[in-house]
Amino acid sequence: MITRRTAIAAGLAAPFVARSQAQAQAVSRAETLLLVQEYGPNSLDMQGIGSSQPVNGVALNCYDRLLRFKPVPIPGGGGNTVSMGELEGELAESWQVASDGMSCTFKLRDATFHSGRKVTAADVKWSLDRACTIGGFATTQMNAGSLEKPEQFVVVDEKTLRVDFIRKDKMTLPNLAVTIPFVFDSELAIKNGGGDPHAKEWLKNNIAGSGAYRVESWKPGVETIYVRNDDWKCGKLPQLRRIIARDIASPATRRALMERGDADVSYGLPPKDFKDLLDAGKVNVVGVPIPNGVWGCYLNTQVGPFKDVRLRQAVAWVMPYEKILQASLFGRGVSMAGGKDPKVAWPQPFPYTSDVAKAKALVDAAGGPFTTTLYFDAGNATVAEPMAVLIKEALAAIGITVEINKVPGANFRTEIAKKTNPMVLNRFAGWLDYPDYYLFWTMHGNNSIFNIAAYQNPALDKLVDAARFAPDKASYDANVIDFIKLVNNEVPMVPINQPTHDVALQKAIGGYQFQPCREPDFRYLTKG
Amino acid sequence: MLRMIGQRLMTTIPSVIGVIIVTFLLTRVLPGDTAAYFAGPAASPQAIIEIRSKLGLDQPLPVQFVSYVAALVKGDLGTSLTTGQAVTKDLAARLPASAELTLAGLILAMAVALPLGVLAAVKQGSWIDHLCRIVATAGVSLPVFFTGLLLVYVFYFILGWSPAPLGRLDVFASEPPRITGLFLVDTLLARDFETFRGALAQLILPAVTLAIFSLAPITRMTRASMLAVLGADFVRTARASGLTDGKVIGTYAFRNAMLPVVTTLGMVFSFLLGANVLVEKVFAWPGVGSYAVEALIASDYAPIQGFVLTMAILYVALNLMIDVLYGVIDPRVRLEG
Repeated sequence: MITRRTAIAAGLAAPFVARSQAQAQAVSRAETLLLVQEYGPNSLDMQGIGSSQPVNGVALNCYDRLLRFKPVPIPGGGGNTVSMGELEGELAESWQVASDGMSCTFKLRDATFHSGRKVTAADVKWSLDRACTIGGFATTQMNAGSLEKPEQFVVVDEKTLRVDFIRKDKMTLPNLAVTIPFVFDSELAIKNGGGDPHAKEWLKNNIAGSGAYRVESWKPGVETIYVRNDDWKCGKLPQLRRIIARDIASPATRRALMERGDADVSYGLPPKDFKDLLDAGKVNVVGVPIPNGVWGCYLNTQVGPFKDVRLRQAVAWVMPYEKILQASLFGRGVSMAGGKDPKVAWPQPFPYTSDVAKAKALVDAAGGPFTTTLYFDAGNATVAEPMAVLIKEALAAIGITVEINKVPGANFRTEIAKKTNPMVLNRFAGWLDYPDYYLFWTMHGNNSIFNIAAYQNPALDKLVDAARFAPDKASYDANVIDFIKLVNNEVPMVPINQPTHDVALQKAIGGYQFQPCREPDFRYLTKG
Repeated sequence: MLRMIGQRLMTTIPSVIGVIIVTFLLTRVLPGDTAAYFAGPAASPQAIIEIRSKLGLDQPLPVQFVSYVAALVKGDLGTSLTTGQAVTKDLAARLPASAELTLAGLILAMAVALPLGVLAAVKQGSWIDHLCRIVATAGVSLPVFFTGLLLVYVFYFILGWSPAPLGRLDVFASEPPRITGLFLVDTLLARDFETFRGALAQLILPAVTLAIFSLAPITRMTRASMLAVLGADFVRTARASGLTDGKVIGTYAFRNAMLPVVTTLGMVFSFLLGANVLVEKVFAWPGVGSYAVEALIASDYAPIQGFVLTMAILYVALNLMIDVLYGVIDPRVRLEG
């Protein structure tokens, strides 16, 4: 007899009647990598407007470009980094620069998209056109390599594409290897684009590529799961079949996961944690000094006290380079003090060292003590805050009173765009590792947002432009040495140190590959 | 009863309208430029202007407000720039996570706090009363991220009893089919006990962290309210009539003391739901609190507005539920209603 009581009891017990089948694990743990990161992608389309930093990782692993940077060993060991001048074909089987140096012809590999369709020159053209016309960061980055107009990309036949140069620019080819000019399955994108010629909405949430990995599932803010594309044609088939990238906001939790051995790879820990992990020796920490990256103190050359070059030099003389390196970066970087002869490299140490007497004399000559304000992005507070405090302390010794202003992330850009702040701490790292490229962004008269010092000097512009489009190496080197000497003396920005890009990996993980976009490249990683 | 609910709902309409206007204005006066933030590195002023007009931020405020309300009426809360998804979708995905954690934390807290509070009141001045005072003070004075990290350190890092704090499920477990969004319920409905155990194991530490924090208000409120009731005439009468202690305390005193406790529970629940950001961060719990804070840091308007609105509606619903519960606990309230 079924009473109310037995019915309830049966209902409550129902869930506990065991389910017969067990979940089959398709891919074993040995072939799966668990990556823990602070935050994940906000889109799957790096060309789209407003894509966050981790989207570069999606572009890198799920899409192919014509070219890629050739892996070269990291000098200190631990894996590979890239060298700007050395490229290898990704989708391109071969490429040939024309004898007049004004175009380059690419022959495509027999590669297929995840959809099964063949990759054609028309797809490459559609994708490069898109990057040049979509606006926002993608277009800016394309322009940085003199890739400006769709007419530059010419389909010769199904497997051949020609890129016409509008000027000779050594950055054109390397710029085809960064994470912006990747190749979409254009037919699939147009079909699903719903009338939008760029298919922005659809590509934001879907992958239409030929890359080594596909996105199996994407839960923004929680996790991204990648699975290997077994038909990848553009390189050696990756060893790892599945990548799980979990977003773990708390660095303390990420560190605990690494130390307990539950996570395989972690990016973006505070420098102190990397140092501790390295000292403890249970996991590997691979550090690469960020190419073209430097923490600098920008001194406003247009308004406020630092219009006077003597005061800018005074700051450079009093900067506590070594203390900052130890106390804010815990040694995970390279000091920028005491450079001897200018080299063709960026960043490089300026000729200043910590010398209070010299600095004091310069301040006295320029009119004695004053008060000023130092700004930095609160998002970088882990590193920038101790740095700011040490600078405040050091400048007090020469009569400069510094007030520290910590600016919330969303406000920082607005703040630096004003170009009225006397002192700003900022880290800038260009993707393309050339001195002239760096100065083009941070000190050139075009006054980009990163020229925080608002530095204007026609002599410097001339040297930087000449180096950018130099016809040969000798004139390039001469121009670079000249502008380095110039900024050594003018110091619109006092370089403090070149930070290291650190990654913690379990001992069983090999094949680490650093990329200029600073996102993990799963294609080379191995486990076991 | 229905009439009462209807009346109560009517009175909430002005407050919801108020919330909509205030959050809209507040997000607009926040410092920071959304467009500049999302233009990303190396953005040209041109790119920033393009983004601003794409987001409609170049329109005058009243125009922005009208389009916001028009979308809201259609149930569209806008798109989050930090996750790139519709805010309604994000909230629907994250609210159950927060609700599950908060409910678990609250149930744990109640299981400890109610008996402790009652005992402390009955045996006033005894060791158990002092214990109650210590637990409450300690619980409320330890910041949640500290308790959370401490628990992770002891139970995960040192002892290894607890699973890795990787969120709601181990990376190799697959999510149960979504019915309620609460993993503990969904796994049971799907009769997937392995995942149930996994989800439960993941939930224990964060729930205990929350419980420790919410012990204080519940214990203190239970104790105070019990003390007041125990001193009342009807309890003395009940005792004088020769009823057992269990009957007097359990049936008569406790039921009467429940009213303020239920109110406190409601307050604690709605507070925890949105405010356990730090617990969510430490345990990588994909809840609404951390979602809102991340949006706030990026001056991402739509999620903040959506979050505040959802919380306001939840708060209203919860208060209504508590009022209904009052009627169940104390029939006099029902009569007045």
